[in-house]
Amino acid sequence: MIAVIDYGAGNLFSVCNALRYLNIAHCVTKDAAEIDRADAVILPGVGAFPAAMASLEGTGLVGTIRENAARKPLLGICLGMQMLFERSDENGECKGLGLIPGEVHLIPSKRVIIPHMGWNELVIKQESPLLSGIEMPLYTYFVHSYQAFCDDSNIIAYCDYDGKVPALVTDGKYVFGAQFHPEKSGEKGLMMLRNFERTAI
Amino acid sequence: MLAKRIIPCLDVRHGKVVKGVNFEGVKDVGDPVACASEYNRQGADEIVFYDIVASHEGRGTFLDVVRETAKQVFVPLTVGGGISSVADMRETLRAGADKISINSSAVKNPQLISEGAEIFGSQCIVVGIDAKRDGKGGYTVYANGGRIDMKVDLLKWVEEVEQRGAGEICLNSIDTDGVRGGFDLEMLKAVCARVNIPVIASGGAGKLSDFATVFQETDATAALAASLFHFGELTIPQVKADCRSKGIAMR
Repeated sequence: MIAVIDYGAGNLFSVCNALRYLNIAHCVTKDAAEIDRADAVILPGVGAFPAAMASLEGTGLVGTIRENAARKPLLGICLGMQMLFERSDENGECKGLGLIPGEVHLIPSKRVIIPHMGWNELVIKQESPLLSGIEMPLYTYFVHSYQAFCDDSNIIAYCDYDGKVPALVTDGKYVFGAQFHPEKSGEKGLMMLRNFERTAI
Repeated sequence: MLAKRIIPCLDVRHGKVVKGVNFEGVKDVGDPVACASEYNRQGADEIVFYDIVASHEGRGTFLDVVRETAKQVFVPLTVGGGISSVADMRETLRAGADKISINSSAVKNPQLISEGAEIFGSQCIVVGIDAKRDGKGGYTVYANGGRIDMKVDLLKWVEEVEQRGAGEICLNSIDTDGVRGGFDLEMLKAVCARVNIPVIASGGAGKLSDFATVFQETDATAALAASLFHFGELTIPQVKADCRSKGIAMR
């Protein structure tokens, strides 16, 4: 059972549609006990960092998510991925969950269109169970204006947008983050969600 | 590298695709869900649904189409037609749309762009614009499917649209729409030079090379077409292969 954290994120329904299509058992929850019982956790997210962090804190689940991330797979999607880092400066300084070392800032290039919107190709830097069986080239769907800045050791894959944009990140153990939307990245995105479920078995 | 997007648009009336879509293997050519699935299978980068009736009574049926499609199609889904309030936006997003396209309602009430962007995020607010040459070297914005001249200068309007927080512009040229002589490169260039948000080219695609041309000649990040794809004159894989052969990044 995958627990999808319910804190009002905009892509919650899309993520659940994809899980349902894949017949992956899941629940949408803000109940700490249910999250504790789950085999894996998904943290969705769309919108602005401080507002989302405030909503998440409002559920009282920050501690629960941190504890669970130390012993079972956690996948943050889009803003949910950015929230895994230590802090962001979107609309002012704001602390994140601090599960992966690094920070979130505006995409720095002045030569590209912001938001970074559309399908970009992933450059794979390290093997990951999430990429198992997926054929290259791998394009996934992005829509964001801020990006993570972190150590290369935390980057599974990045994409090039006049600079390196971390696309798939990990703490090296249980925590994963996708800057793109696997639930909107066609067949290959669905395969990643399937692979994520398998990491929990 | 970021790929350029190819986007088919499906016009829906009373829960059916207008005029139907001519696909091999799709039995009910009027079923929007089947058509969207087929486009997804062909490799469409995004799918647009447009409610052409946009009546209050028909809204439920239309949103059922969106809801059903979102359960089966896992690429971004943009929904437009008849969205004129924040409540309409919320209802449409809840049905499973990833982005909302507003056009006439935005020209008549620009505040709607700001409100939508603030509440739901810029990423899901697409402003559709119908524009036409004014005969004096400029362009004017039209509303109600090109029927009403809003006496608004296009280049001023796109700046306002960006400044109010729209995440994307879908630019339809009334002059080239339906003519099938290619996208309006001149208008696209003028708009892309004014804004730093993605611009989707719409109106005028008539042959295979029109897509590669719009990406080579302008900074448009996506190209939209409707009937050309519906009637099977061109398929999405053909368009993508042509663009790829000319060095344009495609998914």
